[in-house]
Amino acid sequence: METEVTRMQAEDYSLFYGQFKALNKINIKIPANRVTAFIGPSGCGKSTFLRSFNRMNDLIPSVTTTGTVYLDGKDVGKQDVVELRRKVGMVFQRPNPFPKSIFDNVAYGPRLHGTKNKSDLAVLVEKSLRRSALWDEVKDDLQKSGMSLSGGQQQRLCIARAIAVNPEVILMDEPASALDPVATLKIEELMNELKNKYTIAIVTHNMQQAGRVSDYTAFMLTDENRSGNLIEFGATKQIFTTPSDSRTEDYISGRFG
Amino acid sequence: MTSGTRRTGLEKIMKTVLLISALASVLIVLLIFVFTLKEAMPAFREIGVWKMLSGTTWRPGNGEFGILAMIAGSGLVTLGAIIIGVPLALGTAVFLSEIAPEWIVRVVRPSIELLAGIPSVVYGLFGMVIIVPLVRMIPAPGNAGFGLLSASIVLAVMVLPTIANISEFAIRSVPRGYKEGSLALGATKWETISRVMIPAARPGIISAVVLGLGRALGETIAMIMVIGNSVILPTAMTDNPLSIFLSRARTLTGNIAVEISYATGVHESALFATGVVLFILIMLVNSSARFLLKKGAQ
Repeated sequence: METEVTRMQAEDYSLFYGQFKALNKINIKIPANRVTAFIGPSGCGKSTFLRSFNRMNDLIPSVTTTGTVYLDGKDVGKQDVVELRRKVGMVFQRPNPFPKSIFDNVAYGPRLHGTKNKSDLAVLVEKSLRRSALWDEVKDDLQKSGMSLSGGQQQRLCIARAIAVNPEVILMDEPASALDPVATLKIEELMNELKNKYTIAIVTHNMQQAGRVSDYTAFMLTDENRSGNLIEFGATKQIFTTPSDSRTEDYISGRFG
Repeated sequence: MTSGTRRTGLEKIMKTVLLISALASVLIVLLIFVFTLKEAMPAFREIGVWKMLSGTTWRPGNGEFGILAMIAGSGLVTLGAIIIGVPLALGTAVFLSEIAPEWIVRVVRPSIELLAGIPSVVYGLFGMVIIVPLVRMIPAPGNAGFGLLSASIVLAVMVLPTIANISEFAIRSVPRGYKEGSLALGATKWETISRVMIPAARPGIISAVVLGLGRALGETIAMIMVIGNSVILPTAMTDNPLSIFLSRARTLTGNIAVEISYATGVHESALFATGVVLFILIMLVNSSARFLLKKGAQ
């Protein structure tokens, strides 16, 4: 762990919905070019925490935070949110392609950030779709609506869309929970390839999935005030075989949650 | 009789009652159309449909019954109302659904609903006292303030609640995932609204505009009060083609309302014919809207 480069980091990070403390003083270093999984029972704050990295929680007016989240050592709260979100992409639980063509879905981000040239866009769209392992299935009809694809294809389209703006980090919020096993497997294979180029943080309910895809695992749990705490963080192998906290062991072995 | 058969019987009766209620509105529309058409037939026969539609002079005393000027009047005033009203209404809808904090929404939305409840004659008064004098200040020869521009402005305010309400609902109905997906890609709020939210809400916005169009075409009393009512084919009053909107005009609805109380014979029939034209015009607008809606949904 000491040899890893840190891409994102949280330092004494707490988050409140109004008076309610949803995240309690979280400290974590997310290593670059690795897949880090967040596991824990429902309501432990893992999705909320994930959304802190690209400041999606800014959309909720009642949210306040203390502590700091860093991207490459810089406080994300002090960065331009538009630029931050270009660097920190996100894939959501439910595939959410725009009601536009496949091409326009992938080209959406690059167009926003200034790529106007048609042939540049075409190259970028192809590259992104190839990287998200969707190209061969859609290359003949890029003008087809993104909504007409299957759930698994839609999710890979959303991954292509996120990749197209050349992010450093990709956040995935239960990206396979709405998909069938075959489509899930494809997404998992994809993560394995993507981590060469991107840092991936994934929230998942599926313990096997965390075991299969991640290099590092963070286990979160609510305390007696229902606030989310980070209980344990380490290499996935170690967390799954020799957890140092008994609560982690209980959860992993299926005794609760 | 067992309770089972009694309940089946009731089922049948209710089905029939509901069917009759549903058919009633269809029947009423048909009846209105048929009777208006029947009253209009003498005019169509004596004057000729084409001659009525293309004729630019309306002099009942001379037996001249061209309604082209009124068709142009209705068309132009509706166009003007849409040009002024749609951006205003869309702006309101976007503001209320995406930008305004909750407490502003709580103040603004009821006032827009109140706007919808104001009787049109009051809009007419407002137009005569406020809008017409303002329009009169535009320097152009023959500009009296009464005319298409004043009428368009009044009408724009009148269709605003309809278009704003339905558009706001359409924008609010856009799935949250679209918005989050766009923001997460680094789009600003405005980019998200203009590139994702509004396109996704387009079918709803189109139907809102069409409902507004229908209301605008049918508006009568407020138009009579501010449009000047002269039966002339509107023309530009200066070198600027836009000055056509300073021209006085008369709408199809106004034509009927102003003259029906004293019209007899062919004149009366010609007014019914005006009604038939209006009816068909509104039907055309509605069906083209439905077509656009279907195309947008695909």
